[in-house]
Amino acid sequence: MGGAARAEGPANPARDEAFRRELEGLIPHLRAFARTLAGDPTSADDLAQDAMMKAWDARASFEMGTNMKAWTFMILRNQFYSEKRRSWRQSQLDQEAAERTLVAIDDPASPVALDELRLGLQMLPLEQREALILVGAGGFAYEEAAEICGCAVGTVKSRVSRARRALQGILTSGDYRRDGAAAGEAMGKILAHAERLSNQR
Amino acid sequence: MIDQKPRKKPSRSAALDEARLRQQAIGVKLRQMFDAVVNEPVPDDFIEILRRADEQRSEKT
Repeated sequence: MGGAARAEGPANPARDEAFRRELEGLIPHLRAFARTLAGDPTSADDLAQDAMMKAWDARASFEMGTNMKAWTFMILRNQFYSEKRRSWRQSQLDQEAAERTLVAIDDPASPVALDELRLGLQMLPLEQREALILVGAGGFAYEEAAEICGCAVGTVKSRVSRARRALQGILTSGDYRRDGAAAGEAMGKILAHAERLSNQR
Repeated sequence: MIDQKPRKKPSRSAALDEARLRQQAIGVKLRQMFDAVVNEPVPDDFIEILRRADEQRSEKT
């Protein structure tokens, strides 16, 4: 499943049309996955759009009838990592934007507040975050997630369980503040805590 | 988390239950967070860019 091949060869309008329709249907999922990787909604949408066009350009290399969602997620992920290499991206959470997205859907009575969860997710190492999202929210089997991430199934399983444990630790400690002078210090504490948890076996 | 008091069996299993419940709550929230974005209306420019690319393709052929 290469993502770089361009669509050359004999034109096939009917196939292209079918491909475009299916790809269009995947846009909401690409946006959601991009949001968990990129953090702020604007750069996430840029990422999702780039991935969508990469997928379109590579359509000739896609075998119709196979899992297009997994294929496009892999393209999006590769795109994200190659952009990350190019520029030292602002990986910190765009808190204002994140809160804007959360305010409409958060339920104050819920035991796990969504903004806390989002902050907790941002503290996880990226490889754990993406594994947890793919399996825990994206509906992918471990095998599919492994293919998307280009790693062994066992690696995905271990990343997911570490992520779950670390996230739970972050959310139960719950003693951080997100504003004021103490925020940086609190963040450092939480990051150290998360790292310690995620390194436990 | 590591239980420091292994002698207190009942509280340990209660803690495990609580951990499991919390884990479930996290799972539900995770899906909610993801689905909330999935259910957002797709910005028009996504569809436009894709359609334009498709039109360019058919003009070429």
